[in-house]
Amino acid sequence: MPETSAGTLTAPAKPAKQKPGGTLYRGREGMWSWVLHRITGVAIFFFLLVHVLDTALVRVSPEAYNAVIGTYQTPIMGLGEVALVGAIVFHAFNGLRIILVDFWAWATRHQRVLFYIVIALWVVTMLAFVPRHLINVFSH
Amino acid sequence: MSTAMLETQSTDTADAAIQAFTVTFLIRRFDPDVDAEPRWQDFDVEMYATDRVLDALHKIKWEQDGSLTFRRSCAHGICGSDAMRINGRNRLACKTLIKDLDISKPIYVEAIKGLPLEKDLVVDMEPFFASYREVQPFLIANSQPEAGKERIQSIAKREIFDDTTKCILCAACTSSCPVFWTDGQYFGPAAIVNAHRFIFDSRDDAASVRLDILNDKEGVWRCRTTFNCTDACPRGIEVTKAIAEVKQAIIRGKP
Repeated sequence: MPETSAGTLTAPAKPAKQKPGGTLYRGREGMWSWVLHRITGVAIFFFLLVHVLDTALVRVSPEAYNAVIGTYQTPIMGLGEVALVGAIVFHAFNGLRIILVDFWAWATRHQRVLFYIVIALWVVTMLAFVPRHLINVFSH
Repeated sequence: MSTAMLETQSTDTADAAIQAFTVTFLIRRFDPDVDAEPRWQDFDVEMYATDRVLDALHKIKWEQDGSLTFRRSCAHGICGSDAMRINGRNRLACKTLIKDLDISKPIYVEAIKGLPLEKDLVVDMEPFFASYREVQPFLIANSQPEAGKERIQSIAKREIFDDTTKCILCAACTSSCPVFWTDGQYFGPAAIVNAHRFIFDSRDDAASVRLDILNDKEGVWRCRTTFNCTDACPRGIEVTKAIAEVKQAIIRGKP
């Protein structure tokens, strides 16, 4: 109560918790956009790896191809597709941002604004895609 | 009456101006003779809002624990000795004011990342200076100026590289770079900034040599534009922009 009024200015007696490995570097939008770009990039790579393999099955036999593709027609894979499209859309828009940052001095100065534009474009694209996709997934 | 009012007011403001706060500092200590791993140690220090983090380190070293080790020389943001990670971001201790920090929580102070830790807040700067030397950060001119004259440069041509002349080699940028943390071979922002300073200098004749040095697997192409360096630079140099300009110069083949 009133006793703690001075507490806003003085530090607590005991530090909250000690971080043994050093603090996480507190980068801003630029660093986190790069982290997301890396994660989505690696995720997309593994998708493409599987995608090339399952598409190559059609050369083995169309029946094997159909069997494998058939196992994808589940609601869980449908949700996975949402994640996949989300990763690709972010990676694509942020990739364009990085090209602008590298080649256009204005964009280098305003990279933070561009990051929020990327997020806005991502939200708009996903709002258009997700409802329609999920209706398809759950109505079949 | 009015004078009495004035007096009370002025003493009030004087009291407010010199009000001291107890600030907790959590400092990441490492003594290579004793510790296997760095450890956090907390210190309570009486500070004024106008004090700097460097003042706190001084108070701790002079009044509480003389073994606390850190570098500082000029203490006025010019020598570049006291770059450290303050609340998770690279800053100069001598340019970080207490009033700009949230003192309701402890203030975390630790050494800069990516360079070998020697003791407490001191790191081995040699890898950093080795990259700096590699970009040949000095004027290389093939011609002599006229006898008794200096090399003439227009204001506009000087303006091109003005930003990168401000570097004080504190390593705040290089040690804020996620690429440098994991790949110590990367030249790092500071070396590229200092190469930029001579590449775009109209009096210098070795731009192609430096562009060649930086057109390396570990050169400018390692930059992933995270902008940590631009945010960390205590001199406000637009580091990522300078690196982008060097990238473009390499593509063009000339500055």
